[in-house]
Amino acid sequence: MAHSAEEVLAGLAGIVEEVAGIPASSVLMDKSFTDDLDVDSLSMVEVVVAAEEKFGVKIPDDEVKNLVTVGDAVNYIVKAGL
Amino acid sequence: MPAVIKDLRPERDEKFARIISVGGYRPPRIVTNAEVCERIDSTDEWIKERSGIESRRWAGPTESVVDMAVAAAEKAISKAKITSDQISAVIVATITYPYQTPSAATDVALRIGNPKAAAFDISAACAGFCYGVGLANDLIRGGTAEYVLVIGVEKLTDFIDLDDRSIGFLFADGAGAVLIGPSSTRGIGPTVWGSDATAREAINQKSSWLALKPGDVHENPDLHWPEIQMQGQAVFRWAVWQMAPIATKALEAAGVAAADLDAFIPHQANARIIDAMVKALALPSHVPVSKDIKNSGNTSAASIPLAMEAMLESGEVASGGTALLIGFGAGLVYAAQVVQLP
Repeated sequence: MAHSAEEVLAGLAGIVEEVAGIPASSVLMDKSFTDDLDVDSLSMVEVVVAAEEKFGVKIPDDEVKNLVTVGDAVNYIVKAGL
Repeated sequence: MPAVIKDLRPERDEKFARIISVGGYRPPRIVTNAEVCERIDSTDEWIKERSGIESRRWAGPTESVVDMAVAAAEKAISKAKITSDQISAVIVATITYPYQTPSAATDVALRIGNPKAAAFDISAACAGFCYGVGLANDLIRGGTAEYVLVIGVEKLTDFIDLDDRSIGFLFADGAGAVLIGPSSTRGIGPTVWGSDATAREAINQKSSWLALKPGDVHENPDLHWPEIQMQGQAVFRWAVWQMAPIATKALEAAGVAAADLDAFIPHQANARIIDAMVKALALPSHVPVSKDIKNSGNTSAASIPLAMEAMLESGEVASGGTALLIGFGAGLVYAAQVVQLP
């Protein structure tokens, strides 16, 4: 199912807040998960699994390391959902 | 006409099996996060947050896999109030016994004073203990054995790079043993087990032993000790989201509701995995969950019996309580079963 970038960002921000306790309002496209949002490698896996479920997409293990910024993840999910 | 094969052994009245006793061995040397951080670029806070580990036990140079296994076994045998000559089989689950052959189990059998027992090792990494419990249950119920000693033991500090910041803080050493024997009631539920062999590389040994064969390690700088390595994120994902349904299947196979458990004793891989698994399982909050990893680190095959002993000794769960066990690790392999605690 296709999702717009705005929908994905909003959904992802909610997930990051839920998993890592970071306010959704600070989850912006240019933020780095590790450096800006302090999401550690294991929390990142939790975010990815929750995003897969929410958006009905597959994000393989090999892909996770390429998702450096929130924008990377949003773009990947939008493309994967097309 | 072919001969009719019979089973002429006397039939036992007790048709089931149960864990009669548990014994653990923790090396005396306590290694704090501060000490680990002398070797790796990390902090106490980082290690606690990523793994839940505050300290772990490392075996000394003269404490071998078999020394630890025998110490745990003797404790279990003495608690079971049987003599070692009553043991029909010794099963040792380990991936860190540094001999290709003969097995660690034969040395354990010899040293506990029963060199006639059937004895063999199993290689199922962090699932090894639950594999052993499943095997022992079937051996006893099938009439092949009466009392079976199942030991999970590891000296992981011999096989990991203690200077590797991604792994040096996680693994540790220890042994846990259970004595399993006949029972008139079912003390061990069906074992739900399997593997995900397509992910064999997620936890592996860097190279084959044969890489060390051509020459003397000290003369050839290209030869390296083949340590165990792990893809942390991939293993975390598999362990939580693939293993929670396996735990559920073990409960269903035993006809036990999660709410009726007295304890959940998963392999002590990482506190974050345990927390996420409890969440994925929707385990009711009144069920005590072992967090022995806090002061033990990840001891692979030894972690479940060590955690079981700790929960019983602290009174967190009573003898006779119902516990869900699940082991999972390199292979990737897994096994889970519901048991009655000794």
